[in-house]
Amino acid sequence: MITYKTEPLKCWNKAKEIRKKFYEDYANAHAKGGIRWAGGAWSIGSIPAGLGPDVYPLTSEPYAASIAFDKPFSEECMAAVEKAGYARDLCSYMRNYWGSVILDRYAFGGKFPVPDFIWQDHICCSHAKWYQVVRDLEKKDIPYFCLDVAAGPYDKLTENKLNYLVGQLHDAIGWMEKVTGRKYDDELLIEAVNDECRSTSVWAEVCALNRAVPAPLDEKTMYALYVLGTLKKHSKEVADFYEELRDEVKDRVSRGIAAVAHERCRVMTDTQPPWGFLKIFRYMETYGCISVGSLYTFALIGAWEDKPDGTWGPRTTPLQKGIRIETRDQALRVSADWNLAKPEWQHFYHPRYKTDMMVRIAKEWKLNGVMLHYNRGCEGLTLGIAENRLGIVGAGFPVVTFEGNMGDEREFDEARTLARIDTFMEGLGLAKIS
Amino acid sequence: MISAGIDVGAKNVKVVLLRDGEVVSRSFETIGLNTQAAIDGAFAAALRQIGAGRGEISKITATGAGRKEVKFADGELTEVGASAKGVHHLFSSACTAIDVGAEEGRAIKVDEKGKVLDFAVNEKCAAGAGAFTEAMARALEVGVEKMGELSLKSRTAVPMNAQCAVFAESEVVSLIHAKTPKEDIARAVHDAIADRIVSMARRIGIEKDVVVVGGLAKNAGFIDSIKRTLATDVLVPQYPEYAAALGAALHAATPTGGQ
Repeated sequence: MITYKTEPLKCWNKAKEIRKKFYEDYANAHAKGGIRWAGGAWSIGSIPAGLGPDVYPLTSEPYAASIAFDKPFSEECMAAVEKAGYARDLCSYMRNYWGSVILDRYAFGGKFPVPDFIWQDHICCSHAKWYQVVRDLEKKDIPYFCLDVAAGPYDKLTENKLNYLVGQLHDAIGWMEKVTGRKYDDELLIEAVNDECRSTSVWAEVCALNRAVPAPLDEKTMYALYVLGTLKKHSKEVADFYEELRDEVKDRVSRGIAAVAHERCRVMTDTQPPWGFLKIFRYMETYGCISVGSLYTFALIGAWEDKPDGTWGPRTTPLQKGIRIETRDQALRVSADWNLAKPEWQHFYHPRYKTDMMVRIAKEWKLNGVMLHYNRGCEGLTLGIAENRLGIVGAGFPVVTFEGNMGDEREFDEARTLARIDTFMEGLGLAKIS
Repeated sequence: MISAGIDVGAKNVKVVLLRDGEVVSRSFETIGLNTQAAIDGAFAAALRQIGAGRGEISKITATGAGRKEVKFADGELTEVGASAKGVHHLFSSACTAIDVGAEEGRAIKVDEKGKVLDFAVNEKCAAGAGAFTEAMARALEVGVEKMGELSLKSRTAVPMNAQCAVFAESEVVSLIHAKTPKEDIARAVHDAIADRIVSMARRIGIEKDVVVVGGLAKNAGFIDSIKRTLATDVLVPQYPEYAAALGAALHAATPTGGQ
């Protein structure tokens, strides 16, 4: 059996620091005279950035995932939401978030910091209702702007559809000036759009490097890295960090540094994992099995495009193409186009988009199998997975499915999931490494 | 050479002993509160049947949800792997194995060598497993062993929800109050389980021959429901509850000997 050399990531602690600072900045924004906004991780964060350098977001899904990781707090949140009369089959991120609001407890200490305004996209039905309820729970008329991003799929994007979103972004800027009393700065917007393009493209580059055998990163580690893009992908800090990470991962590939010392089987997963049970990834490693990523970790924030050699690679940024953004309208058009191309937005239109991308990953990242999470906590990303499964099986890749919930541990059966992993590994001809 | 397969299921321990590839002993013991005692008891009973001592067993493979409890095993196999192996040995034409035990229903797609190509297992709910029939038999106040015979007498199909065992039980109670004949309720129970099992099996693609094993395969009413739901005949071995133990014993008899 081959044993690869492994090393901890040098930039690991920096990633942790950025995340910690993000949540502290949001909580402490008012003390510094700044502004707080809340909204989905897919809301186009570069737009509020034009209000000033002291505008701090709280993106709802990663915040709720942090709660899910803290099982006792998550249990309290779920109990509070159910006591308030909300059904337990709703989005579990949303329920964790609402629970935190109802309990008036911020996962990172203190009372829940109420946002000054809400900036939300309506990519799924839960996103469309999430902050309506937050306003009710806060008993406060928090200004709320929602973006209708239903202008896809990207391969059928027309000028009119693009204009539909760009028009909303123009309206949003006027609305933000009104509700915050601040004058909008187009230079800050342009800077944020360029940084958003840079961070999401470089993240894709990092993921592309995971094609290497042995893989330099495992998915459990990637969760702690991709998350920065769900927090503040439009910031220079995150874009710079991803460049630093890319350089380190490139170096690991050139020196053959592995994430898993006994890598002998490569799989991918799908959708958000059960956050309270990430140890299943370490369990897979006892078989020498590594998850090298997923469409979720690669493309929830990563920007991708077809490369001339037919492979999937990081999308070329406007600056790399020699395009200088000079006006507000130009910035909004670039941002709208960039976001509508997000791979993880395409399968809201049809599962075949996702199947095609997953089969592509399975082939290009040299996978031996696929593990699909039937995630009861997220309708948006789970709808169509059974069809994806058929497509992947049809392409010749063994697939195992397991049921669970990204944010509600009560719906995850750890023993049965491990038993299923055992069966899958046995089918792949793998025994545990003694 | 004698090899042993021990299947520690959710409710029962099954042991099969093979001598030179032929089954020479089968034993069965219900697990109470002491799993270890049930394993030891079932294994000792199997040895007694052929008058063999423990030292005469060359290799032992354990399978089933409680396989880790067989501390003296040389190796282990998952339930899916063991069932597939056992079914293939019994019917080499098998392409699909349906294994319904006390707490779990499984559908397994196997190739011509008995290798697992794909599988599906029921999730947390017991509605697709033997425990469901037992609960419904209790509600009907009939012995679980009578359920099959009873349901074969039914002439009327009654729909029932099998998405949840708890809801289904309340449906059974309602049907009893509505004076629905017991045989029709028994058939409804089996039809509901069969619907759930077949829909799970369809996820992996059903190809003939279909073999049904596991404790519930001894229930003629359930087999009848499965055949009607699949609209095809199925094969059932003489001792369906021992299929996984047989697979484990076959595994133990391989040159790697249960490793």
